[in-house]
Amino acid sequence: MERDGVIYTETIVHAPPEQYAADAPYQLAIVELNGGGRVTARVLGKTVEERARIGERVRFVEERAGVAYYRKDG
Amino acid sequence: MRPVAVLGIGKTAFGALADRDLRSLAVEAVESALRDASVSPKQVEAFYLGNFAGPSFAGQNHLAPYVGMAAGFEGIPCTRFEDACASSGSAFFHAWQSVAAGVYDLVVAAGVEKMTSQSTPRVAEILAGAGDMAGEGKAGATFPALFAMIARRHMHQYGTTREQLAAVAVKNHANGVKNPLAHMRKVITLEQALAGKPIAEPLTVYDCSLISDGAAAVVIVPLEQAARYNSRYAKVLAVVQTSDHVALDEKADITYFPAVKAGGAKAFALAGLGPNEIDVAELHDCFTIAEIVASEDLGFAAKGEGGPLAASGATAIGGRIPINTSGGLKSKGHPVGATGVAQICDVVMQLRGDAGERQVAKHKIGLTQNLGGSGATCVVTILEAA
Repeated sequence: MERDGVIYTETIVHAPPEQYAADAPYQLAIVELNGGGRVTARVLGKTVEERARIGERVRFVEERAGVAYYRKDG
Repeated sequence: MRPVAVLGIGKTAFGALADRDLRSLAVEAVESALRDASVSPKQVEAFYLGNFAGPSFAGQNHLAPYVGMAAGFEGIPCTRFEDACASSGSAFFHAWQSVAAGVYDLVVAAGVEKMTSQSTPRVAEILAGAGDMAGEGKAGATFPALFAMIARRHMHQYGTTREQLAAVAVKNHANGVKNPLAHMRKVITLEQALAGKPIAEPLTVYDCSLISDGAAAVVIVPLEQAARYNSRYAKVLAVVQTSDHVALDEKADITYFPAVKAGGAKAFALAGLGPNEIDVAELHDCFTIAEIVASEDLGFAAKGEGGPLAASGATAIGGRIPINTSGGLKSKGHPVGATGVAQICDVVMQLRGDAGERQVAKHKIGLTQNLGGSGATCVVTILEAA
């Protein structure tokens, strides 16, 4: 799928901006898209196992309010 | 273009200054720089004020004449410059242009930010506005998060370690203790830095610069006129402003800052010098990783060797290339709009031999590097003692 991709870089945000206070901690990543280009997106999940590292594949889940959400593959 | 000199410098203390407003800080810095230069406000021909977010932090727009009139300027052009954390670097660049081009003979460049009247989450939100709010900002990127992603990629590509990031914080705090105007004058250990509260992994609270109030100002004149005023001026050998993408995800390789690399190369060419000839440098350590990356981009270390350079002690006072002897943004503080001009003040103090306990032994040539956002604006200056 074009919107799936590979993690280029990532972080876990513990100190969010005011509007995302309820989401923290959350994983933010730059995803290298299969279809070309990169996007700054969220990776869903709260556990260590769900966390996606650099070079790992992620699957596009949905777009909410203009933000792409991904989940680690497999 | 005429050669230019920094004639006078002035800084307020940096810190959480609850009883001070934006204007009083800026006026204090300007008055201090004018006193240092032995000139009166009526001699000033133009005023260039750097400020990132006065409208958001303090609800005040139209800042340059607001400050300028209170400082005693008389009807001169007063303009605010906004280039995120490089706002006053940009103000300095434009002030330098006007004097170098022969438009004016005596101008003031300054910077100010009043940040601590807002909550930390609100500050994070305002600062995030220096990024791409339609993309990374909407996804939840704070500035610590953007620099955390730079750090992760740098660690992945070059083997940079958590300990090397922490070494930057430990060194800058050790320097800041020696700076009476620094915000957080506190020694920290490597163990403390490593065990800090996570902000955006792998960065902890000790990898992040401080949220501060403060202001800084300089008076600049043509070099040929500087000696009329005093013998403590510094020659401006180069000042270069460069730019790059605002969004981190639009950069091909986030482990270096193209604007810093290009700005540094051009500044060295203009000055006819190389990185080995710099005696002291103030680099933009908004986060520990930023100092490491900038030290590589400017040629103080080979690509990927900025971490080992920091951990080796070479960047400490007394090392091969002392970086951030003021304490840097990490310990001195980071009132964002004031930082670029404050770096110039700190380097001029070193060139004059006025840096007290943090004075470096050899102090002929100094460099400053001021970064806006995650690298979309950069201002590099190279200064020489009179």
